[in-house]
Amino acid sequence: MTGQRLAWVMAAAVLVAGCGDKPQQNGDSQVVLIGQASPLTGPQAHLGKDNENGARMALDEINAAGLTLGGKKVVLEMRSEDDAADPKTATTVAQKLVDEGVVGVIGHLNSGATIPASKIYFDNGIPQISPSATAVAYTASGFKTAFRVMTNDAQQGTVLGDYAVTKLGAKRIAIIDDRTAYGQGLADEVEKAAKAAGGDVVAREYTSDRSTDFMAILTSIKGKSPDLVFFGGMDPQAAPMIKQMKQLGMKAKFLGGDGAQTPNFIDLAGAAAEGAMASNPGLPLDAMPGGSAFKAKFEAKYGQIQNYSPYAYDAMHVLVAAMKRADSSDPAKYLAELPKTDYQGVTGHIRFDAKGDLAGGAVTLYQVKNGKWQTLETVQSGK
Amino acid sequence: MDIFLQQLINGLVLGSVYALVALGYTMVYGILELINFAHGEITMMGAMVALSVIGALALAAPGLPGVLVLGAGLVVAIPVCVALGLLIERVAYRPLRHAPRLAPLITAIGVSIILQNVAMLIWGKQYIPFPAILPQGRHTLYGASITDVQIAILLLATAIMLLLILMVQKTRLGRAMRATAQSRQVASLMGVDVNRVIAATFAIGSALAAVAGVMVSAYYGLAHYYMGFLLGLKAFSAAVLGGIGNLGGAMLGGLLLGLIESFGAGYIGDLTGGFLGSNYQDVFAFFVLIAVLVFRPSGLLGARVVERA
Repeated sequence: MTGQRLAWVMAAAVLVAGCGDKPQQNGDSQVVLIGQASPLTGPQAHLGKDNENGARMALDEINAAGLTLGGKKVVLEMRSEDDAADPKTATTVAQKLVDEGVVGVIGHLNSGATIPASKIYFDNGIPQISPSATAVAYTASGFKTAFRVMTNDAQQGTVLGDYAVTKLGAKRIAIIDDRTAYGQGLADEVEKAAKAAGGDVVAREYTSDRSTDFMAILTSIKGKSPDLVFFGGMDPQAAPMIKQMKQLGMKAKFLGGDGAQTPNFIDLAGAAAEGAMASNPGLPLDAMPGGSAFKAKFEAKYGQIQNYSPYAYDAMHVLVAAMKRADSSDPAKYLAELPKTDYQGVTGHIRFDAKGDLAGGAVTLYQVKNGKWQTLETVQSGK
Repeated sequence: MDIFLQQLINGLVLGSVYALVALGYTMVYGILELINFAHGEITMMGAMVALSVIGALALAAPGLPGVLVLGAGLVVAIPVCVALGLLIERVAYRPLRHAPRLAPLITAIGVSIILQNVAMLIWGKQYIPFPAILPQGRHTLYGASITDVQIAILLLATAIMLLLILMVQKTRLGRAMRATAQSRQVASLMGVDVNRVIAATFAIGSALAAVAGVMVSAYYGLAHYYMGFLLGLKAFSAAVLGGIGNLGGAMLGGLLLGLIESFGAGYIGDLTGGFLGSNYQDVFAFFVLIAVLVFRPSGLLGARVVERA
């Protein structure tokens, strides 16, 4: 009896709550909702906020320039959700965005959150462009709603593993990952490429994306005297890790992926960061076609760029460009236009391959010199 | 051998931090039979407050010796944490003292979430770097290396634990604490001001947490509003491992957990020929915890005796 009544009350509440958020249509301008999902709390909140700001800046520009679809004036509105970098939360917020009636999604930030969420967007026919998910699995599931404007792990890892052996001359390589879809995926590709280039992987160790203590695994690695330690993971782990390597008196070089190639890494690691190397997919900000203009605009509005905001910015533009070509914000109509994308963005020339991956993405290697990331070189991920 | 010695040092340093935090859990449990889940967050608050002071001082007076700056951080962090501990006890736990035991437990979890979010509002979501003010000295000992910071953590933790044991065994307050732990009612009939004793327990536990928080952030070089959660969980496990409610047990449990984690992560891969890797380090640590509890349900030193301060 009470259970039944409660169910009715809840159903009514859902109805009432649902009505308020539907896109309204008043007179001649129509509000179209676009979703954004990234971790806005937790250890990676600084990166998540950066993505949100990048997407918001593009959205504000499009609105300011005015957008007309199907003869109607359209005002874009962003719904930003916090997925806490957590796969379970990601599916919840993905469902929430779908229920709110978004026509497309920019996100998520982490591969671990992007992959489970992509199924929900696919089931509801909502196109999704991730600015930063790099795990191969994201586009491997065959969902035709899934796209990314970022070089993927296979491309990046292959470049990194090859670079470690051929350019840095490392014969003995130790690999650590943080057991996330991102960290593990990248580390696996590095391992494959390093072995293919003739390197010897002497240790494969694991940690988590919440750890700060790596003394035990580093001690074990030190016993195997590697020339280079590769870490697949984010800056909150990479920074204490390189500090602890110095504490243990390890001489091995440190190489990381894009999760470690952040200003935050240098702030956190301090003097220990000196000499560390890490890659970032794409071109360095100042070598991007629209990099310096983007930097000036972004920093005037939101402060320092953390990492992926130019990609979130481009992703939003790519999404809306497809709507313009289809002359509709209806996901069923403009989805067909997305694979035909040929867009000159801030981050470079954006085209998608058959899977929705960025075609021919570049990978740039950086090294910390005098407390700053300096560009070493850009390597084209090739066939 | 050098690897073994290095893992021993790693484990002891980690373990002595766990032990300091575990003492806070165990003291409160001994007296109130309450698991104060907010204790990990007090540790975090200690680290955050100290970092703010240290950061400000390092900017204002760059010439000051690092140890002095660190001391100043501690001098501010300890009273703040003590005040916070007392406030939590007064506002969140004392009104529920005669409620069923689940009620204060849920409140404790609530307080812990509130503290995390307050810290996030004050200090932001970013990891906060610990300024490089401490001596970076490194010594080599039979092939293993130990830093000045590690030596300081070991010495300070040992000194604090010895002082605490002395306090509980030799002082009037210590005697009152032991009496309250045995029976709150009888102690109050004997003229012990039970509320004052409980408040003192929270104050001491929070002071230890503040010290542990500063140690952790100095050691790893960063602090974050979420750092108290995992540290609290590990320290709580250490307290259970040693026998919750027992001071010596918390120290033993902390050291053991640190050593198990360190040796587990370091050797599990080589011992199983790569079949189980260091991704099993937490599994390994908690497996030991379960195994101990199966054979000694009240923990290593937690015999079902009346005396548990």
